[in-house]
Amino acid sequence: MTTAGKRARYVLKRLAQAIPIVLAIVILNFLLLQLAEGDAVDVLAGEAGSATPEYMAELRAKFGLDQPIHVQLARYLWNVVQLDLGYSFRHEMPVSELIVDRVFATGLLMVATILLAVGFGILLGLLAAVGLNTWRDTAISIFALITYATPLFWVGLMLIVVFSLNLGWFPTSGMENVAMFYEGWDRVFNIAHHLVLPTITLSLFYLALYTRLMRASMLEQAGQDYVTTARAKGLTERRIVFVHVLRNALLPVVTMAGVQVGALIGGSVIVESVFAWPGLGMLAFEALFARDLNLLLGIFLLSAVLVVAVNLVVDIIYSMLDPRIEVG
Amino acid sequence: MTGFWGRFARNRQAVLGLGILAVVGLIAATAHLFFPEDPFSLAGRSMSPPGANGFLLGSDSLGRDVAAGIAHGAKTSLLIGLVATIVAVCIGVIMGALAGYYGGWIDDVLMRTTEMFQTIPSFIFAILLVAIMKPSIESIIIAIAVVSWPAVARLVRGEFLSLRNREFVQACHTVGMSDVRIMLGEILPNCLSPIIVIGSLMVATAILIESGLAFLGLGDPNIMSWGFQIGAGRTLLRSAWWVCTFPGIAILLTVLAINLVGEGLNDALNPRLRERS
Repeated sequence: MTTAGKRARYVLKRLAQAIPIVLAIVILNFLLLQLAEGDAVDVLAGEAGSATPEYMAELRAKFGLDQPIHVQLARYLWNVVQLDLGYSFRHEMPVSELIVDRVFATGLLMVATILLAVGFGILLGLLAAVGLNTWRDTAISIFALITYATPLFWVGLMLIVVFSLNLGWFPTSGMENVAMFYEGWDRVFNIAHHLVLPTITLSLFYLALYTRLMRASMLEQAGQDYVTTARAKGLTERRIVFVHVLRNALLPVVTMAGVQVGALIGGSVIVESVFAWPGLGMLAFEALFARDLNLLLGIFLLSAVLVVAVNLVVDIIYSMLDPRIEVG
Repeated sequence: MTGFWGRFARNRQAVLGLGILAVVGLIAATAHLFFPEDPFSLAGRSMSPPGANGFLLGSDSLGRDVAAGIAHGAKTSLLIGLVATIVAVCIGVIMGALAGYYGGWIDDVLMRTTEMFQTIPSFIFAILLVAIMKPSIESIIIAIAVVSWPAVARLVRGEFLSLRNREFVQACHTVGMSDVRIMLGEILPNCLSPIIVIGSLMVATAILIESGLAFLGLGDPNIMSWGFQIGAGRTLLRSAWWVCTFPGIAILLTVLAINLVGEGLNDALNPRLRERS
């Protein structure tokens, strides 16, 4: 079989593996919804103030909540397939519309965070590995240890105290000054200005992770045979590190960046609620306070599916980058 | 045992971690002696800066003593971190042991389940579980355990896979030992070291998750915790920085100490792996 054919088969195989996981997550979501006290009708009745038992039974029949559980599950699955994630009674909007409204803000924050964390993580890990056991290595390792142990929300609050309240360099919250009616590049700069502190906060933990990973990966590669060969050829240390070792050491860091997307979504709930960044995390925080379970489950489902999708994409890209990976 | 302590004590960072952890433990154990009153109660003038009005670390907008909160919060953090980790390790060991020992379809089913739980973004899952079960110390422990066990299950499965065909296990089969006895009495003791290491690091993660939940308002409303203090103090950032700052430092030091001890344990229990880092 041709390489392209093998690759297509590998992609299909990985897709087929991802489908049961997504299905299981949707079913888990449904079960969690069942587990919660009260159903949508109780919420509606609560909102209305008073409702007769007859009226509530009628409503249950209308929503299909009086059906046996497997019928409800089938209905739920069918709704999810149609991208219908239910109705948020607080916002009086379909959950999917609410989510779509907020996806951009979270996406922006996450992309900025990944770029910052991976970029600086690689740089710091490289510096630490090159200067192994010097003061630079020690300083970077201590920095990584401390940031690895710091709660994100606390870092965010401390950054606000120092850079927003005392120095006044950055805004404390939000994504842009809506009242200023900025347009074009002014608006872009305004959003970027608001983006700085949330991005730094969210990236710190991952920065620590990537720094440690990059350092370990560099050290592992430095012991390989091809490095000895390169040295025997008379290449300079600089060339060995930057041309030979660096390229190979990057692979595990890139994979890790994909694996960490799930944790990043969790972190964004915290960071967005600290900085009032109007993304999915903030939406989840609001849903939590309003006891809006449909909305919370919708965000949860979306983030789980996103993780599956990102892992799939990373696996496929990885199989292209590294020909040693079994694709058959 | 001297060999273990000798190796552990050679790692200065680990000893430092153990020292910090001992202090945190001591503060937690003596919290009710030094701060006998309910940490939620009004202890004096509100918004006192550190050192003023008899408050070592200041007071918040309701006149609650920040230092008392930190002392009582230490109990909460350590308790939740430990119990949640023990529960998670138990689930993980059972799942991993069954999967690794029996293999076949049992392995398939259990590992697919583990994979699914690993895919789910853990913090959001924990939020969801606590929100559905209503915030209480039990629901927080359950939520943290439910999101933490998969790593243990994978580790234990790997160990069981590599040990189940060794001669000593075959000898046990020959003398007619039951499967449960072989798993618990023979194989499990041989993979305790990595379980202890991963467990100690999980305590640190559990404390971070707990503080995050409490910060978002999902803590047990009757129990003081560091995350709750920070969450309650965030609106006072401009006027009373100390309310948020000190509990955060407490979390940082505790988690850092546990991580250091965990790495020290790793070095001491797996001496052959030491040169790797």
